[in-house]
Amino acid sequence: MSSTDGTGPPDRPTDRAPGPKLDLGPVGHLGDRLFAGLARGSGGLVVAIVAFVGVFLLALAIPALADNNSSFLFSRIWEPGGDNPRFGIAALFYTTLISSIIAMVIAVPIAVGVALFTTYYSPKRLAAPVSHAIDLLAAVPSIIYGLWGILFFAPILRPVINGLASALGWIPLFEKPATDNLGVVFTASVVLAIMILPVVTAISREIFAQTPVAHREGALALGATRWEMIRMAVLPYGRSGVVSASMLGLGRALGETVAVLIILSVPNGNDPWNSSIFAGGETFASKIANNAAEFDSPEKTGAYIAAGLVLFVVTFLVNSAARIIVARSGPGGKRPRKNRRTGDKAAQTEGATP
Amino acid sequence: MTTLAANRPAYDGKTLDLTGKSGARAFRNTLATVLIVLCFLIALIPLLWILWTVVSKGYSLLLDANWWSQSQRGITVRRVGGGAYHAIMGTLIMSLICAAIAVPIAIMGAVYLVEYGKGTKAAKVVSFMIDILTGVPSIVAALFIYAVWITVLGFNRVGFAVSLSLVLLMLPVVLRSTEEMLKLVPDELREASYALGVPKWKTILKVVVPTAFGGIITGVMLGLARVMGETAPLLILVGYSKNINLNPFDGFMGALPTMINQDRTELALEPAADRVWAAALTLILLVLLLNLLARLIARFSTIKSK
Repeated sequence: MSSTDGTGPPDRPTDRAPGPKLDLGPVGHLGDRLFAGLARGSGGLVVAIVAFVGVFLLALAIPALADNNSSFLFSRIWEPGGDNPRFGIAALFYTTLISSIIAMVIAVPIAVGVALFTTYYSPKRLAAPVSHAIDLLAAVPSIIYGLWGILFFAPILRPVINGLASALGWIPLFEKPATDNLGVVFTASVVLAIMILPVVTAISREIFAQTPVAHREGALALGATRWEMIRMAVLPYGRSGVVSASMLGLGRALGETVAVLIILSVPNGNDPWNSSIFAGGETFASKIANNAAEFDSPEKTGAYIAAGLVLFVVTFLVNSAARIIVARSGPGGKRPRKNRRTGDKAAQTEGATP
Repeated sequence: MTTLAANRPAYDGKTLDLTGKSGARAFRNTLATVLIVLCFLIALIPLLWILWTVVSKGYSLLLDANWWSQSQRGITVRRVGGGAYHAIMGTLIMSLICAAIAVPIAIMGAVYLVEYGKGTKAAKVVSFMIDILTGVPSIVAALFIYAVWITVLGFNRVGFAVSLSLVLLMLPVVLRSTEEMLKLVPDELREASYALGVPKWKTILKVVVPTAFGGIITGVMLGLARVMGETAPLLILVGYSKNINLNPFDGFMGALPTMINQDRTELALEPAADRVWAAALTLILLVLLLNLLARLIARFSTIKSK
């Protein structure tokens, strides 16, 4: 199968005497070299783009950071530009992270459920349309999520917010502020959860479907119920996949801009900072998008670019972690762990012998 | 199954008790089934709800021919009338320019990964970078282009800058799907071509890419659908214009997402609200149409492997 996949360039032998009737076009390797160059160049371009994103953002952020009269990482003030520029990302970082994590906590169990439904529960004929329907959720533009989220979805969250606040209000995280505002972090999180649901579902689904038949049938043959089969065979096999899918979902939620921008109400400058998820706030992305009109001086722009750089680095780390988890212990388990990969060898040898 | 289970001899399992089908186990099984079906239903609710909201509130304006042929020039939030022609054209122009730049790079990048660099360290680096690019938030892509296009190069905020930032978002989508499709092309086809003395580059252009063509188109459609709904780059890189502007290198440009964004603060006024939902419906229709087309093409052009 794989004799021609790049290891041995299957160029035409040039020493062959050209047959008079067999005209296959010019033999020159120029075309090959050009084409290979184009392909390599495109690959290199991708690497260059990612590197450039980091370098450019850093280069423009440094002057602004140097002028900053406040701790960039730990300050919650955001007053860039002017004579006394002071800005810090602590509040943005907190809101971004907490909203995305809550979104992930809500989305992942449901996504796993949906993935299990399409792979092992739904009738075969229903599975494909259902998967497509969930995928369509990913196709809805985020600005529509935002509008729908704040206008139609947020009101039904009011009882949930009130209930959580009255039950857990003694924890600062769930403390309810006096206002009856619905544009709070929690609302944004639930909408974000809906938005990342298709991503997490799609990846989980793929990995669950790859569970070796031998694992599943082995479990069933032992008399396991369907749920026990899933617990014994499918979930352990897909665990790393689900973890990385959740990380990718988290990455998506961290960078989501417009939906969050529309839903989250920006707190007044004079209000004390509130750590509760039932208060408003701003994420990196919504802050930048909200203030696009303020990009008038390089100092101000630099501050927002610095915030964007932090967002880039955070999503970079989260996504890399997800990829590394996949590479380390992805489906098929290249690095077996003690208690869960015991069946893999059997599955592989089974595949080799007819 | 059930008869076998009933006949099984009793056994005191220590790790996981699978003997008999005790009430507790059967109950847990049923509970899991119910929960999983419930998850699925919960996941469907937002989709249906959003579609219903947008369709029911937006469809009336779409039936008006003016919607497809007029701009919002001179029309304020309190006035009825006008159309979305400027925004539809803006969205199409910006995303098509983006596609014109992103698709060739993406296809050649995929060719590199599958045909030239397979298994090499360099290909691994490229592959990793594509994964990173997939995760780059649209606002970061927009900021990057802002930094290059406006801060460093000193150009104005124009539609083309948006296209450039959309390239960053579209590239990984198209590249990954093209890569998957190229991988599916059977090696026998390549070998047959090589055996006839066809050079590698011609084999790729005339045999491999055409075989995978349907899949590549699917990827392009999905990529287009993704970038059309993006709002963040539009907010930062181009102003919203109510007039028709078809020149991506000069002046502000309307687009469907920014048309929604423009009037969303005036939803209390009926004409503005109608337009917001109609623009939302137009955008969803555009995106869904591309998605459906992509799936249709994918269905009819799957590579049949032996």
